[in-house]
Amino acid sequence: MERAAITPPGTAARRRTNEPLPSGSEWRFDLIERYDREIARVAERYGLDTYPNQIEIISAEQMMDAYASNGMPIGYHHWSFGKRFLATEQIYKRGAMGLAYEIVINSNPCIAYLLEENTMPMQALVVAHACYGHNSFFKGNYLFRAWTQPDAIVDYLLFSKQYIAECEQRHGEEEVERVLDACHALATLGVDRYKRPPKRTLAQERLRQKEREEHLQQLVNDLWRTLPRRAGSEDESAELRFPSEPQENLLYFLEKHSPLLEPWQREMARIVRKLAQYFYPQRQTQVMNEGWATFWHYTIMQTLYDEGLLGDAFLLEVLHSHTNVLTQPGFDSPYFGGMNPYALGFAMYRDIRRICEEPTDEDRRWFPDIAGSDWLKTLDFAMRNFKDESFIQQFLSPQVIRDFHLFCLLDDDEAPNLRVGAIHNDEGYREVRETLARQYALTEREPNIQIVNVDIGGDRSMTLRHYRSDRRPLHPAYKDVMKHLAYLWGFTVRLETANEDGTVEPTHEVKVDKRRRPELTLAAALRTLP
Amino acid sequence: MSEIIDRRENPRHKSAVNAQRFLKRYRAQVREAVARAIGGRKIAEADRDASISIPARDLNEPVFHHGAGGKREIVLPGNKEYVTGDEIARPPGGGRGQGSGASDDGEGEDAFRFRLSREEFLDFFFEDMALPDLIKTQLTAIPHHQRIRAGYRTDGTPSNLAVVRTMRESLARRIAFQSPHLARVAELERELEALGGEHADRNDPRVAELLEEIEALRRRIAAVPFIDTFDLRFRNRIVQPLPIAQAVMFCLMDVSGSMDETRKDLAKRFFILLYLFLKRHYERIEIVFIRHHTTAKVVDEEEFFHSTETGGTVVSSALALADEEMRTRFPLDQWNIYVAQASDGDNWEGDSPRCLELLVQNLLPKVQYFTYVEITTGDPQNLWVHYEQAKATRPNLALGRIRDRTDIYPVLRELFAKKEKQAA
Repeated sequence: MERAAITPPGTAARRRTNEPLPSGSEWRFDLIERYDREIARVAERYGLDTYPNQIEIISAEQMMDAYASNGMPIGYHHWSFGKRFLATEQIYKRGAMGLAYEIVINSNPCIAYLLEENTMPMQALVVAHACYGHNSFFKGNYLFRAWTQPDAIVDYLLFSKQYIAECEQRHGEEEVERVLDACHALATLGVDRYKRPPKRTLAQERLRQKEREEHLQQLVNDLWRTLPRRAGSEDESAELRFPSEPQENLLYFLEKHSPLLEPWQREMARIVRKLAQYFYPQRQTQVMNEGWATFWHYTIMQTLYDEGLLGDAFLLEVLHSHTNVLTQPGFDSPYFGGMNPYALGFAMYRDIRRICEEPTDEDRRWFPDIAGSDWLKTLDFAMRNFKDESFIQQFLSPQVIRDFHLFCLLDDDEAPNLRVGAIHNDEGYREVRETLARQYALTEREPNIQIVNVDIGGDRSMTLRHYRSDRRPLHPAYKDVMKHLAYLWGFTVRLETANEDGTVEPTHEVKVDKRRRPELTLAAALRTLP
Repeated sequence: MSEIIDRRENPRHKSAVNAQRFLKRYRAQVREAVARAIGGRKIAEADRDASISIPARDLNEPVFHHGAGGKREIVLPGNKEYVTGDEIARPPGGGRGQGSGASDDGEGEDAFRFRLSREEFLDFFFEDMALPDLIKTQLTAIPHHQRIRAGYRTDGTPSNLAVVRTMRESLARRIAFQSPHLARVAELERELEALGGEHADRNDPRVAELLEEIEALRRRIAAVPFIDTFDLRFRNRIVQPLPIAQAVMFCLMDVSGSMDETRKDLAKRFFILLYLFLKRHYERIEIVFIRHHTTAKVVDEEEFFHSTETGGTVVSSALALADEEMRTRFPLDQWNIYVAQASDGDNWEGDSPRCLELLVQNLLPKVQYFTYVEITTGDPQNLWVHYEQAKATRPNLALGRIRDRTDIYPVLRELFAKKEKQAA
């Protein structure tokens, strides 16, 4: 992406009339404040709508802590976070990896962590990137609006941490860990893709949690009631299918219907599910989100430079970091690690602006609606209403495909060789675009697995079905996941595969014969006694 | 408006609990890794932090995701020469990790590496030797320090105020600030004297002027404070490791054919434990390695543990050599001497009485402590039988027969108990 890297700043006539802001590489709090004020002013001029910012300066060790907990300021305890921390520490201390310059949290106020080791130009860059780029994306993009509650997330994290700590005291660390392990294994299948979650505050959440415990148990008991059936109703029950439709949200299903889970275990499944749901939009907007933040730190910094507020050396350091972030090695490079979302996203937003401002004939043919339109409005529209998949489908232009030299590669394990598909020419643009869009679709990236049947009249076994596409098999780790599922369900679980031709074949089974840990259930029963 | 907060002073190590949980969960694997690390360490390096690796496959967090195989089409950047329809041979090893299959944690690497701190490392090391907690704490603790005087400084707590020093500074300052004025006053007074002294005419303008100036100068002289914060001097104290004494540790090991790797490993742990104990009590420790079969030799650590020889066993050769070394290199008035001997107990029959004689006559009177471990599963061997005769009358001799790691500590228990009592 040399093209995007260092273009001569400000083609328009520069008004370098202002007194430049203090430069030099040492940052100070008052300096960050001054830069932030200027950046905020420019961001507002470009119409970026943001949550209030809370900028926190942290040390390298604290940054490693933040890494280990997905950037969350508060988190419940679990060994997997410790594993992540130890791994990060080892890599960092050997010098094999630098730490991120910032981490930003989708909350209101929007919390951004800045590393104390950054230089002043880096801090300014990071403020523009995180506090105005990511922040406005969190506030504007439809997925984040629908799926996350930035007002409540910190409260919810606090609630979940306290709740799980309480469970550890009452039921023992090992018990809690066992449930969390199982829930984590199913976390990616813990999202309702179509239903929008209700919004709640911490106080409501606590209140609800108590009611929910009792109510849920009641519901479960109803479902599993073993009243003797009247004669004659047998064929009726044989027809009864549960769930009536396939369920994709495994954790939700377990929380509501698993027969043997205790109330606190259901609540933990819910916590893991809620947090998975919080990260769900981020998984689908990598290119858009990073591209957006990169586009705006670049644009804001250029504007400040054009206004005469930044010195040459300051801008050069900013551009140096900027270019590093945007490196996209070719597929045959030893450094290649997939498409760089920063590079692709940045190139696409810049290209949309170009199409608006200086459309070519090709652009007019491909993008009649946006060629020559107001670039700020078009960019804002693009940011708000898409996810990676649809964003690429809608806005990836021939120009960007050419710049990146994109091409399709077909990997079919039945063919002896890999085959090159569409490339960056007139016949290929559309196919490249579609293929790349599909590559970012969550439905394509993750296997489609749903609950199709629970034998409520019989042995209570649960059946999952993997809807296979393109003959792509599951990673063998599915056997371990099934064990976790069996633990949460308490009875036999089966996995079957629906092939492309519609036939279904059994794949795997985890048998659970006896009721799991009867002494625990007894303990639970005793607790309910006065 | 943005709010900027300095969080750097907030507690670090938020992940400490999680890291502990991780270590607890994978205790068995970590312990194995620590045991491996001990094998590769020198005795004097036993208590350091360490980079540990455990198999990554054990700590996967499984999720449903796609495996290799099937059909998929991906988009790649950086096309140079390919046109539609080109065929490319598959890269060897099927290594296409990129594209849509976002790689998951821990995949593709076979070892998970991380650091154990010194305390964590020792904890794991002690764990399978069944050390009592008190001893563990004592061994893990950093050695004592003492605070010693080291000159003076300009700030400190009132209790450390060095009065004499402060007064000296004060005097110097007063002299420096007052003396120019004093000289001038003397000069003016002389002039006043010339004009009549006490009886001078107060209406004479010159006299009035003189009196006024003298008065002003006296005020300035009086204004120089007796003590200024500038004068304060405090005793400076710095922390220094407590120099107790120096000790030499003799490691004696039988390297005849019957000592196999497992036995040597046990012996090594025995030596390490004694070393850690000594390290806590002595500032400087020398280690002398003596190996023997029919003859004894002073060797370095590498050779001590790793080269093998065959042949018979004459233990007295090692004892004699140790005695010789003590006489020539480690005078008793400068060194505390400890001996740790490890053997499978199999000695040439005629030699054991000689060993007992050497031990009782020459060694035990010199050494602080002599420990002997017999690494064996069977009946006591002849060396044990002879050593045991000396046991009753000699309190600084400890004998032990060990089969596995948990047997090591009891041999040293008495030593630890005794030393702690002395220290208390």
